[in-house]
Amino acid sequence: MHALLIGNGIAAVTAARHLRRARPDARITMVSDEGATPYARTALMYVHMGALTRTQTALYPERFWRDNRIERIVDRAVALDPAARTVTLADGGPVTYDALLVATGSAPVIPPWPGATLDGVQGLYGWTDLDALERAAPDRPVVVGGGLIGVELAEMLRVRGRPVTFLVRESTYLPAVFTPDESALVADEIRRHGVDLRFGATVEAIEGEARVAGVRLADGATLDADWVGVGTGVAPRVDWLAAPSSRVSGSGLTVRRGVVVDARLRASADGVWAAGDCAELDAPPPGVPPTRPIWYTAREQGAVAGLGMAGADRAYAPGTYFNSARFFGLEWQVYGDAAPGAPGAVWTDGRRSVRLAAAADGRLAGVSALGVRLRAEAVIAMIDERLSVDAARGRLPSAVFDPEFARTLAPARWRPAA
Amino acid sequence: MTHALHLTPTRPESVARVLVAAGAVLGAASLAGAPPATAGAAFALVVAGGLVNALAAFARPPGAPTDGVWFRSNSSRGLVGWAWGAALTGLYVVLYFRPAWLAGWTDAAAPLREALTGATGDGGQWFVYSLLYTTAVVVMGARMLVRHRDSRYQTLRTLSVMAVQTVLAFLLPSLLARLQQPELYLHYTWPLDFDLFFPSGVAALRAEGRLGIVALAWFVALLVVATPVLTYLYGKRWYCSWVCGCGALAETAGDPYRHLGPTGLTAWRVERWMVHGVLALVALVTGLLWAAALTDLAWLDGVAGALSGAYGFYVGALFAGVVGVGFYPLLGSRVWCRFGCPMAAILGLQQRFFSRFRITVNGGQCISCGRCSAFCEMGIDVRHYAQRGQNVVRASCVGCGICAEVCPRGVLRLENGPDTGASRTARATLIEDLDILAD
Repeated sequence: MHALLIGNGIAAVTAARHLRRARPDARITMVSDEGATPYARTALMYVHMGALTRTQTALYPERFWRDNRIERIVDRAVALDPAARTVTLADGGPVTYDALLVATGSAPVIPPWPGATLDGVQGLYGWTDLDALERAAPDRPVVVGGGLIGVELAEMLRVRGRPVTFLVRESTYLPAVFTPDESALVADEIRRHGVDLRFGATVEAIEGEARVAGVRLADGATLDADWVGVGTGVAPRVDWLAAPSSRVSGSGLTVRRGVVVDARLRASADGVWAAGDCAELDAPPPGVPPTRPIWYTAREQGAVAGLGMAGADRAYAPGTYFNSARFFGLEWQVYGDAAPGAPGAVWTDGRRSVRLAAAADGRLAGVSALGVRLRAEAVIAMIDERLSVDAARGRLPSAVFDPEFARTLAPARWRPAA
Repeated sequence: MTHALHLTPTRPESVARVLVAAGAVLGAASLAGAPPATAGAAFALVVAGGLVNALAAFARPPGAPTDGVWFRSNSSRGLVGWAWGAALTGLYVVLYFRPAWLAGWTDAAAPLREALTGATGDGGQWFVYSLLYTTAVVVMGARMLVRHRDSRYQTLRTLSVMAVQTVLAFLLPSLLARLQQPELYLHYTWPLDFDLFFPSGVAALRAEGRLGIVALAWFVALLVVATPVLTYLYGKRWYCSWVCGCGALAETAGDPYRHLGPTGLTAWRVERWMVHGVLALVALVTGLLWAAALTDLAWLDGVAGALSGAYGFYVGALFAGVVGVGFYPLLGSRVWCRFGCPMAAILGLQQRFFSRFRITVNGGQCISCGRCSAFCEMGIDVRHYAQRGQNVVRASCVGCGICAEVCPRGVLRLENGPDTGASRTARATLIEDLDILAD
């Protein structure tokens, strides 16, 4: 059995691990054009900040790949012929497989601003982006997009001593996720680190001849800039599948936004799976979006796909939603459905907050914590048990995961949410 | 208040560097024969520089400063790092083998020595050493306190090592010496203080009368009662990163170098053989000395004497001192603790097999960034455990808590609690065996 994995991100790596465990006999090959060593994308920022060496970002020591007999090829997949079970590599030519995983991730989307293709406009996804930033060493960087990548870029640049202007189109930070109070905590934290954070700032165009020279806003103002970091979103990296060449070769693979997959993460052709940012669920479970480009999802899908490729009959059944991020020094964890408008209760001391969000029936549906670490197991149990908000409030102290001796969650600071 | 995030030194940080550099130059000059006042001035300048540097961290965000460690010459085995390594190593070599060269320093410290201990004459270099060591712990401890001002765990732990070093390692022995009593270091016992339980050490204590007997009982209780009980309850950290003097220096002065220790499976393998080998060796030497003392066999006496002399020189002086501290900027701050300390070996065995302490991993939240592993001073690949959701139970973990602090996602927590089973018995496997799927 030859399992071919296209991609080197956490989805492909997790699939390879599960495949090897389930099928000690399989031949496993990973293909990536990014290098032989799968690394932690989450660590890119720390390399720029001088906290980690590039070597330290390797997900596993070299012997892991040897011991688990996972072959790695540095090449780029350019075409797929599912009928012939063949992937064509740019340099290596055709490779046949018995099971294929498409885990090519996503790519930053640069909005179609005039000037968007100028030198110095970039996102942050992989080594090439980091290299580009290192080379640019901008003096007047502007970061666009109030999400999780934007704030990472802002921190990276601040640590390297750059003055950062951070443009967010919305009037608060991530309004679909944070209440105005939570947004204020995040904004304070960002500004406290010397970032010129501007809400309600819509980019109209990027100015310059060959290189970025400025950013023009919808209100007419123009910002002096020599580099623009874009964190407005990503899109599945599936162009190599949608290219005419693959259709000509008889590919029946259905690709919409991403590679369309069923509940078992199987694509529309036999022997093909997709996982991670590039996968699009054909019939997602209630409350789950068809594509969800977050790291934890990629890992979970990689595991399901890997087991499926090994012959197991396993559906992708995401448990209670979880995500996390860090805004400079402020950590964020979110569990379940913590919509900002939901009723519930909020604890805050003005620097940190925990919000218990209730569903329509008044039962705990989600938890959003800023600056307070929570124990995943305990919080997920609270949501799964559908506790009342009051009961959840009572149990929350036992779910705090802050370091020993830390003083958190003084009881007097609760108030109703929304 | 706005936090300075940039890596370029702030003005106070630059001032601190100038003060320390000037102090270093004067210190060297006093070795070369400049009058004793020079040494005093050098000491004052270095201390002032250290304190200014500590206070300058108020302008920085709180937390473990990980940014820029690979850009700074001092913390990335650059020229400054090598210079500190050479200076520290040189200091230990001079201390052990050419104490006369330190005349300028011992003369400068003589009045303080006489005031504190009542002693004059030979041996002044050990007072200077003790003074410098304690000062380093206090000044660099102040730096830790400012940097980790948002963490009560780090604050309490740092205050603990500063207090133990100042009181138990410096003031109390001085006072005892002044009172013509044995110079007791109540926080060290055998096998770290290896000759304590040699026949000569026991005889020396017994010769001191009642205080000596009480002290002997204290040291025995420290080893056979306190060590297993406290390690069972809290892990070896109660000693290694809260009490021990070697730990005190590593956690304060050694902090800028914590990420420089050897890592990987080979280092781990070497570490286990070496640290347990040293424990076996000190046990053997102690046993032979007692056998020799009890049997009166001349040849045994000779063998045991030679062995104990070799242990004292190679392990006690060269390993613990010259390499253990001198090589901080090259091999990290815990070289001695990882590879040589027999006390750490005992505590480690207890921690590995009979302790409630572990680092709990928070579900499947690890994002594999690797900061925990990079900043573990013991060279533990914390991420290996974190990314497979397995609690960390390792003999060498001293519970400094930095992994939990540098984790950007709150995945790690130092905890004492009932054994979770798998964490203590699971063998390291080739293939990651964590099923991250929710069933």
